[in-house]
Amino acid sequence: MTALLDSIGYANWVLHALVWLPVLGMGLVLWAEEERAKTVAFWWSLGVLVLSLGLWFAFDPASADFQMTSSAPWIESWGVSYSLGVDGISLFMVILTTLSTSLAILGSFNYIQSRERAFYALMLLLEAGVVGVFVATDVFLFYVFFELTLVPMYFIVGIWGGERRIYAAIKFFLYTAFGSLLMLVGILYLFWRAKGLLGAPTFSYEDFLLVPLSMTEQLWLFTAFALAFSVKVPVFPLHTWLPDAHVEAPTPGSVILAAVLLKMGTYGFLRFLLPFFPAASQHPTVVTTMLVLGLVGILYTAWVAAVQPDAKKLVAYTSVAHMGFVVLGIFALTVNGLQGGLIVMISHGLSTGALFLLLGMLYERRHTRKIDDFGGLARVAPWLATAFVITALASIGLPGTSGFVGEFLALLGTFETHPTIAILATLGVIFAAYYMLPMVQKVFFNQLATDENREVEDASGRELAILAPLCALMIWIGWNPTPFLERMEPSVRAVIERVESAGAQVSASAEPQTPQSLDETVEASSTPPPRRDRRRRVDSRRRRARRD
Amino acid sequence: MELDFSRGVHYWWALLPEIVLCIWGMGVLIVGVSKRHRQSGEDATGDPTLSGAADLGWLALFGVLGAAFANGWLYGVHEVGSGGMIAVDRFRLFANWILLGAAALTILISFAYVYRQRLQAGEFYGLILLATAGMMFMAAARDLIVIFLGLEVMSVGVYALTAFNRRDRKSAEAGLKYFLLGAFATGFLLYGIALVYGATGSTNVAAIGASVSAGTATPGLLAIGIAMLTIGFGFKVAAVPFHMWTPDVYEGAPAPVTAFMSSAVKAAAFVAFLRVIVVAFPEADDVWYPIVWWLAALTMVAANLMALVQSNVKRMLAYSSIAHAGYLLVAITASNTNAAAGLLFYLLVYTLMNTGAFAIVIGVAHQAEERLQVEDYAGFGWAQPLLGVSLTIFLLSLAGFPGTGGFMGKIYLLQGAADAEQWRLAVILVLATVASYWYYLRIAWFMWMKNPAKPDQHALVVAPLPMQLALIVSVALVLYTGLFPSAALDFARASVAGLGALVP
Repeated sequence: MTALLDSIGYANWVLHALVWLPVLGMGLVLWAEEERAKTVAFWWSLGVLVLSLGLWFAFDPASADFQMTSSAPWIESWGVSYSLGVDGISLFMVILTTLSTSLAILGSFNYIQSRERAFYALMLLLEAGVVGVFVATDVFLFYVFFELTLVPMYFIVGIWGGERRIYAAIKFFLYTAFGSLLMLVGILYLFWRAKGLLGAPTFSYEDFLLVPLSMTEQLWLFTAFALAFSVKVPVFPLHTWLPDAHVEAPTPGSVILAAVLLKMGTYGFLRFLLPFFPAASQHPTVVTTMLVLGLVGILYTAWVAAVQPDAKKLVAYTSVAHMGFVVLGIFALTVNGLQGGLIVMISHGLSTGALFLLLGMLYERRHTRKIDDFGGLARVAPWLATAFVITALASIGLPGTSGFVGEFLALLGTFETHPTIAILATLGVIFAAYYMLPMVQKVFFNQLATDENREVEDASGRELAILAPLCALMIWIGWNPTPFLERMEPSVRAVIERVESAGAQVSASAEPQTPQSLDETVEASSTPPPRRDRRRRVDSRRRRARRD
Repeated sequence: MELDFSRGVHYWWALLPEIVLCIWGMGVLIVGVSKRHRQSGEDATGDPTLSGAADLGWLALFGVLGAAFANGWLYGVHEVGSGGMIAVDRFRLFANWILLGAAALTILISFAYVYRQRLQAGEFYGLILLATAGMMFMAAARDLIVIFLGLEVMSVGVYALTAFNRRDRKSAEAGLKYFLLGAFATGFLLYGIALVYGATGSTNVAAIGASVSAGTATPGLLAIGIAMLTIGFGFKVAAVPFHMWTPDVYEGAPAPVTAFMSSAVKAAAFVAFLRVIVVAFPEADDVWYPIVWWLAALTMVAANLMALVQSNVKRMLAYSSIAHAGYLLVAITASNTNAAAGLLFYLLVYTLMNTGAFAIVIGVAHQAEERLQVEDYAGFGWAQPLLGVSLTIFLLSLAGFPGTGGFMGKIYLLQGAADAEQWRLAVILVLATVASYWYYLRIAWFMWMKNPAKPDQHALVVAPLPMQLALIVSVALVLYTGLFPSAALDFARASVAGLGALVP
């Protein structure tokens, strides 16, 4: 396989293709006839998926660096380049994106009845944007893609969504934009510091890593970046847009939102937040805050989910809880924690995506999402029931499913550094069973009471084609996580080492590690920011003017 | 060719674009009067593509083209020294491109409007050309008196254009309001000029700058003069709190004139303001810096907040235009190379996206000043997909979204602010931008996410050929500057080289 990929120069062009093929597909879909749009979109996205699977083989698991990199100048006078690359953190996110996009498109064949061309065109545009987010290695380019994903999602929710779709769409948009624009100022600050340090404008990721920042700077910038990503994740208490958006979005929109858009936030944590601001990420107050927010997210949303009468809303809240585990894993700052967080990201993408698809299928049959309207469906729709149970168990984190591997590792990693929080978070797994299992029982087991429920048809071939790969992946990761973990490990270790090296500088000093001394030593160890000429000139100018 | 301003005749060469426009403008006036265009040939759909007074529009467009040629020719001209009253530098020439572009786009989108409202085409287009000439004087001025002359030529033309629709009460009211407050602002400006002259003994910006840096200027007089000048410019660029006239005037004026005012008048005032600030007063920044800082901050916050609650699209775009003035004031505050280049670039993009948005407003309004409420856009996108997509692109660009020129412009302004270490203004700018998303997206959501009140509501929307031309050009350039901004960015940066005491 590797030889085949090498022979076609796969590594040289695949990332470009993954970003731009969906855009091309968008054009094709718009050009196609209305009734053929979905077929074109599906086969095109399937092609992109197949293409992306090669990444799995072409990726070198031993390396922590960006691979398959390529770079071309984009805006030279600003030092912006069009640079792409994948590492162990983004690899699975890319494949998850292509996979969920094609399954979501396949899952919307019946759901989307109007304005199909526009819908599938936006789905492909969204895919391009999300893949771009995960493969961009230039911070400016990353930001462009990060913002660009908002537009198609805004329209998907706003046009094809439910009753309160406009409210949900605008809320989603404004929340996310608020965070990301503050991050933009942070990016420009880093850019300005990098320009002062290196003498030439640059937005390159590697160059930003070189910028020495004082503790104060790190904390400010950390706040700006963390806000942007926390809204996206979403971290409690910034999560309120999510239930609205999830519930109002059409099924494929919810799938993409849950499976990949939320991951852009946690991906941002791993890719930018920790490496750029290692000292701030280690600051005890920061770590505690983030861990507690993750913990509250897990426990609080579990309670909220338990009382939801609307199945889709229930699943939406479980998203927040799952992402809470990711936040825990990341801010445990251990290799286990980070790897666990990454596996939860993948697992949540698969299981929540599948849950939304299943709820969409049920909605197409019964036109309701109320849990109480269902009952005993297992008898008439055994395949749907099987898929639902597997997915729900993966979502809870039953051993043998992907959810277990991820949550276990995340909790283990947290336990190594913060045992109390880990123990409390473990309750979240129990809560997950508490809200998920009754829902499964009420929908699929219990009495088959009503006529509408008796007439529910079992999964069609198309629907099985959607569900089978998802269920298979959940179980495969559950039994055999090693190929995933080994691909992540070097990159994850590199992140941890970068964070810890900032800590090592701290412990090298003779002072005991109090927050104050941390502050001072980081200040001392990083070279003082080069004061630029302009400052001095302006200052002297102002002074002179005042003297006059 | 070398221009030596000690020989008065060389001013003719230096002013060639303006002269072309003036002569052509008068020509259009005369042709308009002599041909006595009756509004014959009106067909049922009201498509004015080539009927009625369209030939006068094309004629005026040729004038703009001629001036553009003259402007291009000036790139080959070098001036000796820089003491003349007229600058022949790249900064002016870039500003001229913006102004001529705005004039051309305005003329293109006016065809339908002039025809349907039966306006006097000759006077309408003639005034646009003459006002544009005034703006170009402002961009070229190296002397406060020339700025004043240009400002008056421009203002008088635009006053008349504002009140042009005589049958419309609102138009007359807007004209009067604009005239009274404009005269008031001009008074401030003139008083400022007089005081600065009193303090420094010169009206030449370079001489003023030399006097200020040498410390020979009378401090108190100078400070009051600068403050007055800043207020005068503040009125012209519609900065809060000198913006009170703007919403009413923009709402009342004929829509193409509003497009013209909000892009070209603003551009002219900003380039003149920037030149005065960086050439004459770089050393007096303790006077103007706090004033402009607060103007910028107030304008960004207040304009965006007020725009949130507007339901009239024209009025909303008026507030949006005030908000953009706030972003541009950030560049004035920073006054370094990136900020100055950012200002030029942003004005260029703003002209395109703003005029483009107004073009569609004119199209939707159909019969002049009707259907301007945001509800009137319900379902517009699906009824007229191409126009809908264009308007969406303009709105995203106005909001500053990646992929559009508006985003690159904002980044440029933010870079200027970063170089000047104005992080507070940068944060205010992005927070104001978040607020602006709401009102820009509101039109988008009405367009795409609501159903029209009547199914055939948008059947009457026509975009005649000239308007299509304007739309194609603006959409293409907004996307081009958003996706491949390098050429325009470098051009803008090269254009500010050598302008006054810009810190790098």
